[in-house]
Amino acid sequence: MIRPRLTRAQRATILVGINLVVILLVVLQLWLLTATMNAWLGGDVSVVGAAALASLGCLVVNVALLRRVFYLEEGGG
Amino acid sequence: MALSIEDAPREYPDGRPLSAQPRWRQDFPTDIPEDDEVSRREFTKFLVLISGAFAVGQCWIWLTSLFRREGRFPELAIAREKDVSPGKIVKFQYPTDDVPGLLIRLQDGRLVAYGQQCTHLSCAVIPEPDKGYLHCPCHEGYFEISEGRPIGGPPRRPLPRIMLAVRSGVIYATGVERRTV
Repeated sequence: MIRPRLTRAQRATILVGINLVVILLVVLQLWLLTATMNAWLGGDVSVVGAAALASLGCLVVNVALLRRVFYLEEGGG
Repeated sequence: MALSIEDAPREYPDGRPLSAQPRWRQDFPTDIPEDDEVSRREFTKFLVLISGAFAVGQCWIWLTSLFRREGRFPELAIAREKDVSPGKIVKFQYPTDDVPGLLIRLQDGRLVAYGQQCTHLSCAVIPEPDKGYLHCPCHEGYFEISEGRPIGGPPRRPLPRIMLAVRSGVIYATGVERRTV
């Protein structure tokens, strides 16, 4: 079955949604960095590794979403 | 024929030509509509760049914590017990010569010692035993004196506690405890 191409309006909606998710993940990373820095400066290193992995996970999702943005803006869908 | 700078199709916020613009704008005659344009793709790229910077910061903290191991602290004689009466303060450097510390005898007779650097931005805190707090004058931070916990202003972490031992009438600093609560 051939999937119909997305209209310009549909692509715009998807792009806005992607941007919102990316913004949310960046804010989450900012919170993680602030909390980790506070714990680390206070001598508590128990959360440092888990926070770094979580932040890397956010980055991976963000890069995947950015690739999707490129794909959609080049007319894909 | 090439267009002169005056003929170039530009628009400025006040609608006047380039020759009527301020000097700084004549020196840097950017095309305003083009300059304001930020595509969704560029916006997302910028956010992902920030995301990468945060991830790098997190990994730097992780790697630093893996390789940084605090060894044993030295033992340092800082005062004779009989010389420290209630309300008296003794300044010293511990564990190295560039880290200031404060030994305080509380009104109830207990001895406490803290690092003197504020946990906000490392200004020197000023003990005020009669008022029951240590005061950071840089940004008006306050720490209560019996435990070193923050009670006001921007600091969120307690002052580092310096462990003490008293032997044969001499007070020794034996270690540093950094705390989050």
